[in-house]
Amino acid sequence: MTLAVEPPAPLLALDALTTRFKVGGAFGRPSAVVHAAEDVSFQVGRGEIVGLVGESGSGKSTVGRTILRLERASAGSVRFDGDEVLALKGAALARYRRRVAAVFQDPATSLDPRMRVGESVTEPLLAHGLAGRAERRDRAAALLTQVGLSADDARRYPNEFSGGQRQRVAIARAIAVGPDLIVADEPVSALDVSVQAQVINLLLGLREELGLALLFISHDLPTVEFLCDSVVVMYLGRVMERAPAGQFQNAPLHPYSQMLVRSAPRFGERLGTSVSSGGRETPSPLAPPSGCVFRTRCPRTTSECALAVPPLEQIAPGRWVACIHPGAPT
Amino acid sequence: MMTGTPVIEVDGLSVAFETGAGALAALKDVTFDILPGETVALVGESGSGKSITSLSLLGLLPPSGRITAGKILLRGWGGEAVDLARAPERVLRQVRGAGISMIFQEPRNSLNPAFTVGGQVAEAVRLHQSAPGRQANARARDLLARVGIADPDRRMRAWPHELSGGMRQRVMIAMAIASRPALLIADEPTTALDVTTQAQVVALLRDLQAEIGMGMLFITHNLALASLIADRVVVMYAGQVVEAGPAAAVLGDPRHPYTRALLDCLPARHLPLPDGVRRRLPAISGAPPRLEARPAGCAFAARCAHAADPCRLPTDLRLILGDPPRAVRCVRQEAA
Repeated sequence: MTLAVEPPAPLLALDALTTRFKVGGAFGRPSAVVHAAEDVSFQVGRGEIVGLVGESGSGKSTVGRTILRLERASAGSVRFDGDEVLALKGAALARYRRRVAAVFQDPATSLDPRMRVGESVTEPLLAHGLAGRAERRDRAAALLTQVGLSADDARRYPNEFSGGQRQRVAIARAIAVGPDLIVADEPVSALDVSVQAQVINLLLGLREELGLALLFISHDLPTVEFLCDSVVVMYLGRVMERAPAGQFQNAPLHPYSQMLVRSAPRFGERLGTSVSSGGRETPSPLAPPSGCVFRTRCPRTTSECALAVPPLEQIAPGRWVACIHPGAPT
Repeated sequence: MMTGTPVIEVDGLSVAFETGAGALAALKDVTFDILPGETVALVGESGSGKSITSLSLLGLLPPSGRITAGKILLRGWGGEAVDLARAPERVLRQVRGAGISMIFQEPRNSLNPAFTVGGQVAEAVRLHQSAPGRQANARARDLLARVGIADPDRRMRAWPHELSGGMRQRVMIAMAIASRPALLIADEPTTALDVTTQAQVVALLRDLQAEIGMGMLFITHNLALASLIADRVVVMYAGQVVEAGPAAAVLGDPRHPYTRALLDCLPARHLPLPDGVRRRLPAISGAPPRLEARPAGCAFAARCAHAADPCRLPTDLRLILGDPPRAVRCVRQEAA
């Protein structure tokens, strides 16, 4: 049985976060607004691993970059440990950057090729004044060992490593400043299957050792189901569903989540010829449909769906869905 | 069950690349065949030789690469077999498109941005049948409709950049099937696509294959996708076939330690326990050997949990038969 415990305040809380980009406008053409992330709300608890899933154009990376203060939010709020992140400046922003680190998909482009990896992983320590040059070598050795590389690797350059090893270096750099949260955007997508497992194990180990929370941005459902405590599903800039990972995988409630889960290839299933060959594709985020953004592809759509954006509502404990015709929670 | 004469037989294919440091073997003794209407999935990680294999079949190896041994017998729709490993460029050019078509991972790089979609599909039609312009256009329009492009008349006049990734891949498929090829090579055709689009494109390929009766070589790193579409699976590692056989047997009851380990480290096979506790994935340690550092014996031995002395000897391992019929390149299997 489970004990009803008052949940502690979340580490990270997004409330109606909206990020829009203006595009075009060159050569006298009219400019347009990309609705990259609209009204996004979810939380990440201390030590929690939250999977942010969606297809291209869903806005999941924009949300990650807005949390990291790499994109400017248009509206809404991001609170970290109680503080409003979007308003941080100067020393307070520097402190925030020490507590929230980033890991990206392609470590080949996020590491400086001319810098020895020992310098790369300890650069954030110097930048934040957390270590002097004298301690740098010891810290580099400790960090590289922690991510499963050897202390001697500090002298080597990124091009001497495989993709998986480079991602370990990027993770060592991310944990150097002792963050509470890592925002990881597709951190294993560019890696071979056998190497993906190594990096996933590393992330799980770091959570246990350091109590790290992780926002794991991914398009790969099986990996999210394995790794994450809870799942946030985005489509065309909006959150469609939020659920504990186990419940999501067994019974997704939003029609889009159901399509996503059904589309992921699974072992032991043969491809039926019944799958529609000419299904509709995702509309442009420049002109999202009125009302529910998924209605143009939804098998359960009705005329009501075009009238208003369905709010994200809790329909069972821990189950949040933005749909007026959701599936039944089991 | 697929029967008949294979549309293609690859037998003992070896490919080497000339480098400053001498010749490096990229493929060693690759053997498989594909029957009409059959899908063979070529699976493996990066550097395993999947794409070099498909480029060899088309005679499209880069200038530094050459076939050092083996045969590539193309029979196409019956008729005399042509050995593509020895065929002159003139014959290879005929084969490409007419006998074998290919689609790639990123259709953006394969479509010419300066020509309309309709013009490019019509050109593919004209390459294989001398049709007057209007007829070729009509056939191109029908092909676009067949691959599931809505409003094909309007899309004929569209530019490649106006299409989504999924639609561009459908256009590539339309061009590839214009000649009704005996063999379609699909090299990671859905890797760049979203998962909902992937499901549609894979279903389309499967439907077209049944309709045309062509063989399909489906190259992928995604084992779950291979299990979905393939009749037979060929697993490659470091330029060699390590296991091959019926898809259900190879992926359901793998015999080579590499196949077993690769399947075992997939997150999909280790969903968390109900209490939320996560075990570690049984990862394969290390990485595949580089071409220049390939060991004399089994290429997987350094990462294999069962490796013993015989695995490290410079022996030519041979494909063996088991029950159900499959091929495994492992000395431990031979002993069993």
